[in-house]
Amino acid sequence: MVVSQLSDDEVDRVFHGLADATRRDIVVQVLRQEQSISALARRYDMSFAAVQKHVAVLERASLVVKERRGREQLVHGNPDVLHEAGRLLEAYEQIWRHRVRAIEDILSEDREKGKKK
Amino acid sequence: MTVISSQKNTEALTLTFVAEFDSPVESVWQVWANPRKLERWWGPPTYPATFDEHDLTVSARSRYYMTGPDGGKSHGWWQITAVEPPHRLEFDEGFADEHGEPSTSMPNSHFVVTLEAAGSGTRMTTVANFATADDLEKLVGMGMQEGMRLAMGQIDGVLSSTTV
Repeated sequence: MVVSQLSDDEVDRVFHGLADATRRDIVVQVLRQEQSISALARRYDMSFAAVQKHVAVLERASLVVKERRGREQLVHGNPDVLHEAGRLLEAYEQIWRHRVRAIEDILSEDREKGKKK
Repeated sequence: MTVISSQKNTEALTLTFVAEFDSPVESVWQVWANPRKLERWWGPPTYPATFDEHDLTVSARSRYYMTGPDGGKSHGWWQITAVEPPHRLEFDEGFADEHGEPSTSMPNSHFVVTLEAAGSGTRMTTVANFATADDLEKLVGMGMQEGMRLAMGQIDGVLSSTTV
């Protein structure tokens, strides 16, 4: 069963994109409100070029979209791709719900055995 | 009654899962420490797990496989990174080839399990942190086979509410 709508390569890019704390924060910031690269550079006390590099990694992963408006380069988030990661975690959560029920079955068997002794 | 809460962190790819059991900490520890108990719950219903090697000591490697509905085997390993019986267990988990050898040097996930007394029972907190979504997807894919879908009756809802 195919779970993800993203290819393996795309998925790898997404998680490489999110593997860095600054990049994660950039994603959070631009999801809330689009930001210019210079505004992001001020926020992280980083050079324009360093922020631009982070944004490029995020852009390749389709986590953010860059848009030139006048003299500014604006970055905004792409919630669809983040949504995909959330969906996978949700499915994983179901596995844990099942596991916990199976553990409860084992423990209640153990409790029964304990009573019989 | 098993009380459950869970918290997902999409950016960090972490799932924190909390459950409470009406059994003492030592009994709950046994479902992790005893391979015969562990294999009764680690694999999804349609992918029962078999642990060939399992020893909760630091740097010990567990080897296991899960058998799918078509008889195919998916191998995996754990490497224990910290253990304080019966309260704390940390391990890396990864995929292995058909001989049980790790298929990549990198683990696909790291687990931190804590067990603490809660009244006469036990609170179990499991934090699973994934390296990449691809790894998570493989695990989820196995867990979402038909048996799981029937057992849970919730997956369809999850999928339909999140279809992009």
